Amino acid sequence: MIENRPFLHLMAHVILIAGVCIVALPVWVAFVASTHGPTDFMRGTIPMWPGPHFVQNYSRMLDRGLATSGTPAVGTMMLNSLIMALCIAVGKIVISVLSAFAIVYFRFPFRGLAFWCIFITLMLPVEVRIVPTFQVVADLGMLNSYAGLTIPLIASATATFLFRQVFLTIPDELTEAARIDGAGPMKFFRDILLPLSRTNIAALFVILFIYGWNQYLWPLLITTSADYYTIVAGIRRMADAVDGLPQWHLVMATAMLAMIPPVVVVIGMQRLFVKGLVETEK
Amino acid sequence: MKRTIFNNKLLPWLLLAPQLAITFVFFLWPAAQAIRQSFLRQDAFGTRTTFVGVENFRRLLNSPEYLNSLQVTAIFAISVTILSMGLALLLAVAVDRMIKAQRVYTTLLVWPYAVAPAVAGILWWFIFNPTIGIIPYMLAQVGYNWNHVGNPAEAMTLVVIASAWKQISYNFLFFLAGLQAIPASLREAAAIDGAGPVRRFFDITIPLLSPTTFFLLVVNIVYAMFDTFAVIDTTTRGGPAQGTNILVYKVYFDGFVGQNMGSSAAQSVFLMLIVITLTVIQFRYIEKKVAY
Repeated sequence: MIENRPFLHLMAHVILIAGVCIVALPVWVAFVASTHGPTDFMRGTIPMWPGPHFVQNYSRMLDRGLATSGTPAVGTMMLNSLIMALCIAVGKIVISVLSAFAIVYFRFPFRGLAFWCIFITLMLPVEVRIVPTFQVVADLGMLNSYAGLTIPLIASATATFLFRQVFLTIPDELTEAARIDGAGPMKFFRDILLPLSRTNIAALFVILFIYGWNQYLWPLLITTSADYYTIVAGIRRMADAVDGLPQWHLVMATAMLAMIPPVVVVIGMQRLFVKGLVETEK
Repeated sequence: MKRTIFNNKLLPWLLLAPQLAITFVFFLWPAAQAIRQSFLRQDAFGTRTTFVGVENFRRLLNSPEYLNSLQVTAIFAISVTILSMGLALLLAVAVDRMIKAQRVYTTLLVWPYAVAPAVAGILWWFIFNPTIGIIPYMLAQVGYNWNHVGNPAEAMTLVVIASAWKQISYNFLFFLAGLQAIPASLREAAAIDGAGPVRRFFDITIPLLSPTTFFLLVVNIVYAMFDTFAVIDTTTRGGPAQGTNILVYKVYFDGFVGQNMGSSAAQSVFLMLIVITLTVIQFRYIEKKVAY
């Protein structure tokens, strides 16, 4: 604060409160809609205050789902999403921490080439090469499996770069000391590098969990069996069915359930989340 | 560069093996396939493929649909970037003035980052639903008849709002970090020299924020071009009349629904060139830092 300007300060509060309201508006509307019964939407507009059907709508979606849309119970889809998000987050962290270790601590032929192979994945988002990638996964018989849902998404240049930066800041003296004490590379990796990168791993985990949970196009394409539907991709199947028979309250309850886990992670681990976000993009 | 390293020839390859294997099978191989297919054409029954050279690319660049998609993508990306960065900067500047309330406001503004683009699309689609949505209802009160199902400009407005909404929190966090990195002494010195808050904002804050702004500009364009597939698919599906058919949506649609593999592959190749250009720009300028 440089000088006291009460009017500007008041303006800032007004802007922020307006901002918070605009940001929250769509979620509020969805929440309100999810607490009403099916007939409350027939009167032309949706109500602005919560109705009495909260428990009924949510418990119905969690254990039975919307059978007319061909989707399973939302509880099943949330479990699939959780498995997918955890596998992607853990998988990405494991393979990138290993490859960053190899690139930083070893000299070997074609090291530069290996680095570029990883770097190039930054430039090939799945949407861009969607048709041939789908064909590869189909040829490998990985449709409708957790492996197909996760493995194609776990190569990550950004995570490898992040760990490379972290390892480069770890002083050489530590490596020398470890070597003098007779530690081999894997012992050094396990007992020194991993503990020192603990907070970076946790921060990255938050970002990657959200990334995995929110995947849409990939699960939509490679799952045709309801057993493997994820919640984010499942919503569209429900909304499609809705066009015939308005079940807005149930679709909005599903939308709320789809956003609760990642939003809770972001709010609950805000400090780690901000750290992870700012660091991975450097 | 490390001075102390381990001497082992086999171990580094074992460590790299999982990453390289996945990269090769799911990134490089499909990308190579896309390039190969972009030079081929299948006949109507999918039985014969012939090499057609650059024919697929030539057709694409002469196709009014593809040129329309390019234009739609440009309008969409620019609108999303300006709207979300503008609002985020306003909010970040306001939060930067706060002392005690900073944490609370930040928490209340960052959570949309966690909402999936597909869910964001569903939420805004519901709000703008012509029969039961609250915004068409309010617009009807002032005599405006909203129907994005039939009007391309309104459909574009809908997808821009849904995509920008989700991106505000990301931009906000980076702008806030950028603002907090500006030394208070500079602003104090300007205040002593008699510069008011508006003058200080334009002569000190904006120039010193330029590295952040430039970085966000690239990130937002990449986001709007490649990460908004789900928003389009859950709201307008590229319609009406191709009005929101952005490039990534068209690649998917022509490949999976239209089954036009040659054209879809050629579009993939164009998109890869765009991503490579944007990535190179980002890396070059981040090294140099756009600053005064």
